[in-house]
Amino acid sequence: MTRPRTASDIRRAVASGETSAVACCEAALERIAQSDARIQAFRAVDAPQALARAAELDRRHDELAHLPLLGVPVAIKDNICTRTLPTTAASRMLDGYVPPYDAAVVERLTAAGAVIVGKTNCDEFAMGSSTENSAYGVTRNPWDPERTPGGSSGGSAAAVAAGMVPLALGSDTGGSIRQPAALCGVVGLKPTYGRVSRYGLLAFASSLDQIGPIAGSVADVALAFDVLAGHDPRDATSVAQEHTPLAQEGPASVDGLRIGVPRSLIREGVEPGVLEAFERALTTLDACGAAISTIDLPHSRYGIAAYYLIATAEASSNLARYDGVRYGARAEGDDRTLAEMYDRTRGAGFGAEVKRRIMLGTYVLSAGYYEAYYLKAQQVRTLISRDYDAAFEQVDAVALPTSPTGAFRLGERTSDPVLMYLADVFTVGANLAGLPAITVPCGVTDGHLPVGLQLTGRKMDERTLVRLAGAYEQAGGWKGIGP
Amino acid sequence: MPPELSLEDVSRIATLSRLALSVEERQLFSRQLAGILGYVEQLQPLDTTGVPPTSHPLALISPMREDEQRPSLGREDALREAPEPDPAAGLFKVPRVIGG
Repeated sequence: MTRPRTASDIRRAVASGETSAVACCEAALERIAQSDARIQAFRAVDAPQALARAAELDRRHDELAHLPLLGVPVAIKDNICTRTLPTTAASRMLDGYVPPYDAAVVERLTAAGAVIVGKTNCDEFAMGSSTENSAYGVTRNPWDPERTPGGSSGGSAAAVAAGMVPLALGSDTGGSIRQPAALCGVVGLKPTYGRVSRYGLLAFASSLDQIGPIAGSVADVALAFDVLAGHDPRDATSVAQEHTPLAQEGPASVDGLRIGVPRSLIREGVEPGVLEAFERALTTLDACGAAISTIDLPHSRYGIAAYYLIATAEASSNLARYDGVRYGARAEGDDRTLAEMYDRTRGAGFGAEVKRRIMLGTYVLSAGYYEAYYLKAQQVRTLISRDYDAAFEQVDAVALPTSPTGAFRLGERTSDPVLMYLADVFTVGANLAGLPAITVPCGVTDGHLPVGLQLTGRKMDERTLVRLAGAYEQAGGWKGIGP
Repeated sequence: MPPELSLEDVSRIATLSRLALSVEERQLFSRQLAGILGYVEQLQPLDTTGVPPTSHPLALISPMREDEQRPSLGREDALREAPEPDPAAGLFKVPRVIGG
């Protein structure tokens, strides 16, 4: 099988008439048909609808030739609302649920000429780091089918890594775009909080969630970001923003850009193969002209603890809406009261991790515990943000391995919640501080598992991340290498 | 701060969370939640005197707009996915709310 085209290539070829949107859609659907029985990245694929949309784009070619994602097949994480495809958030609670509206990001992709081929598997309600919490089965890592693709956007990352689609959307609350992208050897971007509208994203933690692109190259991620970003009055946390397209950046120099490495955070707990690949990446960036220095983020070691108090508290509130009244499953049975119906519906509809997080969140917000847990975590969040502010007085980006390990085995961490949570140790900081962060493949471990380099930037400075990641990609040789 | 959660604690939290749990779940969760709470204890010794809490990473004020009528979700769309809709009355049906 020839290497599948990038989104940028497809757009160019369809716009020039070299190929058609239908041909590109058919190719994607064929690759999905060939690979997905094994990988299980997709929850739903609608071939007739996708082909009809592609045919429409071809029919109106002259009128639409300028569209930035013309004819590009795209997959959407199943916690993002699509009016024409079920949206389940990988939960029994929303089995078969078809939303009455499209998410803002879906509207934007469609308006940009993309062809949505299906919805991808994820951890239930985006809660997890391995996609093992899906109520509908696991997704396998294309690099090793006995290993997880990471999570919670594991389906999207696997779909791109396996060459099924060139572009997929994920969501990131504590690392859920970046960690699976790293474990699957692809590029993933979590935008600055507020950059991309959350309208139509099934909310997990409202002060942390962001939607972002996963693709095989930095250029594709930049192209997608330009389409997704923008103010949306339907999302009260959406920011008004100036936006000069990132995708116009040619190969840019990184001379004079400064990268800080918080070495105290990687002194222990990082797999040797990951550390080696990370150090080699820094050497490459140094050779490109970036200045590498050591910085300190003294409170980042408390990030996981703060995150799991704040995120679960917010989740306990956000998931209260799933109550069997307006949408979703209602448990069969003879409930005498509304409260009984709520208890049984939610008890049956939610999986174990979701229940754990709702309960933890409820507990830390409850009377007598609020100050000690939730308030304390919010104060630590301030300290973590201040550390980044201080760092950005000296550097333009913070570098870390995206994940402390390569992809772990299916079932390896499912009985130890805290062990699973530690997968996010390097990613949660960006969510807590609201900063943009990108992961780009930078090598493989001895076991031939991908390693990701993570760069975190100042608020609204995705441009610096794309410049550095793009320069690394050109110089580092990891672009386009698949499993 | 308890690193231990009794089964009664778990039952109380489950009630607040409106979750029906089996006996096995209550036992499993009491152990696992205690483990997580034990992990987050590490925040307690940190000096946060005078540190304002961050509820939100952006300095946003709730955006306001003019009180003008705009199109919103139609009744048919709103009822379509409900488990027990009453389309004629335009209502969602639920079990008894008061009493019982």
